[in-house]
Amino acid sequence: MKTGAKILVEGLQREGVETIFGYPGGVVLPIYDELYDSSLRHILVRHEQAAAHAADGFARASGRVGVCLATSGPGACNLVTGIATAYMDSVPIVAITGQVPTSLLGNDAFQESDITGITLPVTKHNYLVKRTEDLGRVLREAFYIAGTGRKGPVLIDIPKDVSMKAIEYEHPGPEPVTLRGYQPTIKGHAKQIDKALEMILEAEQPVIYAGGGVIASDASAELLQLAETLMIPVTTTLMGLGAIPCDHPLNLGMLGMHGTRSANYAITESDLLLAIGVRFDDRVTGKLDSFASHARIIHIDIDPAEIGKNKKVDVPIVGDVRSVLQDMLAKIQKKKAYDRWLSRIRGWKEKHPLQYCCDGTLRPQYVVEQLSGILKGEGIIVSEVGQNQMWTAQYFCFRKPRTWITSGGLGTMGYGFPAAIGAQFACPGQVVFDIAGDGSFQMNIQELSTVASNKIPVKVAILNNRFLGMVRQWQELFHNRRYSFTELPPVDFVKVANAYGVDGIRVESCDDVVPAIKAAIETDGPFVLDFRVEREENVFPMVPAGAAINEMIGGQQR
Amino acid sequence: MKPHTLSVLVENKAGVLSRVTGLFSRRGYNIESLAVGTCEEPGMSRITIVCIGDDAGIEQVMKQLNKLIDVIKVSDLTDNERVERELALIKVNAEPGTSRAEIMQLATIFRAQIIDVGTKTIILSLTGDTEKIDALEKLLHQYGVKEFVRTGRIAMIRGTKAVKSGK
Repeated sequence: MKTGAKILVEGLQREGVETIFGYPGGVVLPIYDELYDSSLRHILVRHEQAAAHAADGFARASGRVGVCLATSGPGACNLVTGIATAYMDSVPIVAITGQVPTSLLGNDAFQESDITGITLPVTKHNYLVKRTEDLGRVLREAFYIAGTGRKGPVLIDIPKDVSMKAIEYEHPGPEPVTLRGYQPTIKGHAKQIDKALEMILEAEQPVIYAGGGVIASDASAELLQLAETLMIPVTTTLMGLGAIPCDHPLNLGMLGMHGTRSANYAITESDLLLAIGVRFDDRVTGKLDSFASHARIIHIDIDPAEIGKNKKVDVPIVGDVRSVLQDMLAKIQKKKAYDRWLSRIRGWKEKHPLQYCCDGTLRPQYVVEQLSGILKGEGIIVSEVGQNQMWTAQYFCFRKPRTWITSGGLGTMGYGFPAAIGAQFACPGQVVFDIAGDGSFQMNIQELSTVASNKIPVKVAILNNRFLGMVRQWQELFHNRRYSFTELPPVDFVKVANAYGVDGIRVESCDDVVPAIKAAIETDGPFVLDFRVEREENVFPMVPAGAAINEMIGGQQR
Repeated sequence: MKPHTLSVLVENKAGVLSRVTGLFSRRGYNIESLAVGTCEEPGMSRITIVCIGDDAGIEQVMKQLNKLIDVIKVSDLTDNERVERELALIKVNAEPGTSRAEIMQLATIFRAQIIDVGTKTIILSLTGDTEKIDALEKLLHQYGVKEFVRTGRIAMIRGTKAVKSGK
């Protein structure tokens, strides 16, 4: 006889799960009792939101499904932001929540919330398990759904009586899960691939626009091979950074609202756009009508609903990016020299490098550049959301996939620190940095307790400007410098860290940046770096909301 | 912008209807008419939805519906030759005398069935397309319609072609 809780914990281990992130409570007592002497490692966070983000960070860094666990009602509701974050960025997590006993469902019982109803719009799928007999099957389906096709979060809500009840149970064998309503297309249509290759040969000014789908399908090697074989320049979205080495001659850097001038000019001038694992997000396209308006578009994506959603596409290819790129590579027979186009692009890159003012004051871009120089493409960089995120995207040189972890779609402040904890468990030997703002860091600052008690060696680099910087930047540029509720009082983050038992250094001058970063890396445990940076620094270049992406402001030589 | 009739085969499970209808409201589409029932395939239900939108919008709705795990197949019947039916129950004031006779005449013309006769009211049952039901309801208004209940529209393609599972 096995209880539902035992079936769950054993089932998780059978799915290959080693670490879960969670927070106990009333209706998950049977599950926590089972965890008490299980070999499954449970990391106690200090807020359920952090459990969801940690599972997400684990998934992004490892490519495997992350798992979080919370109790009913408030516990489950606290997961929601984390689940929505994972949904927007197509990250595979399984969120397990406790629920009041089935006899009390719908009764407004203590700590009851309709979490399957609440998470309907932000999960790929969710389950309310009403019978212990269904639990094992549901768990297998959840991992299968989360980790295949367009990946995403799946929630399993388990009433207390379902986890307590003991039944005769044997785990199912290794036969694959089949669901008649869910059969993702993996292989791209051969004729469409032929058509795409023909179109590439007809082009004079092609650009590859690569996104998070390349990372999700582990297709970076294929992307690089395609770009190098056909000699087509590559720009990546925020989510696609690391898909191609930053210093590769064909790399144009990031495109979009805070992209490079060369990337945005190339997109605007292109006559063929090869869009790979992207979704034509508004932060990328700016004014949609002007985005790649001279280009024919080939769009490769695993999700048919993304094709033609925002922009009309000439050749859609539905399939897993890696599989489609492999098929394309195998079919390439002819190549073409785009020399004139490549030399124009080189010209843009030389004329419009990313740059910032260097007058000796401590600037956030400088901090990111120094960190990038010290790590030399090694380590995992997680960011919060806002200016810190954009400066990291611009000035950190990413060389490998899954080394850049950020909340792109939902833009969740407070994501970075707990996600860094998850990433550290995925990659125990790596240096993991959370690049934060003082605003974002304070949204999940309680996790200092988690890293301290578990000796998780995550480093936090706070670009502390005592502003909610990105909002302040918009107020400066578009609201006549009326800084409405964006100024934050000074916080001594070193003292806060110390109070939790974490070491830290405050850094106020450029000269101290490198020694401080090295000290953080050399420390065995967690570390907080409080960089007091120039307060009103802006992220440039910038495409104002609603403008075409080649109408950029700022970032030129001052 | 025109009405589209979508036939959606779904798993017959709790909560599926809210997944389907929630998707419409979330993505900003209005449901004009909705009908749900079991169907010939075991364990499945068929939802017939009438929704107004342009072709691109409807295509997007269909793709999003297809992404739901419990949705097995989505078909747009709009461009097919098809039959469509709704059912209406109408309780109308019918005092014995001339008005009752007139109402019974109207029922005959519309091939409506009289399914209940009370001392002061009659209940008519009418099957047909939207226009036919609208027309009878309008004519009955002068007598005083006490209650009017109608189902959502159901639809089927003419001929041998059928909307079957197999996504």
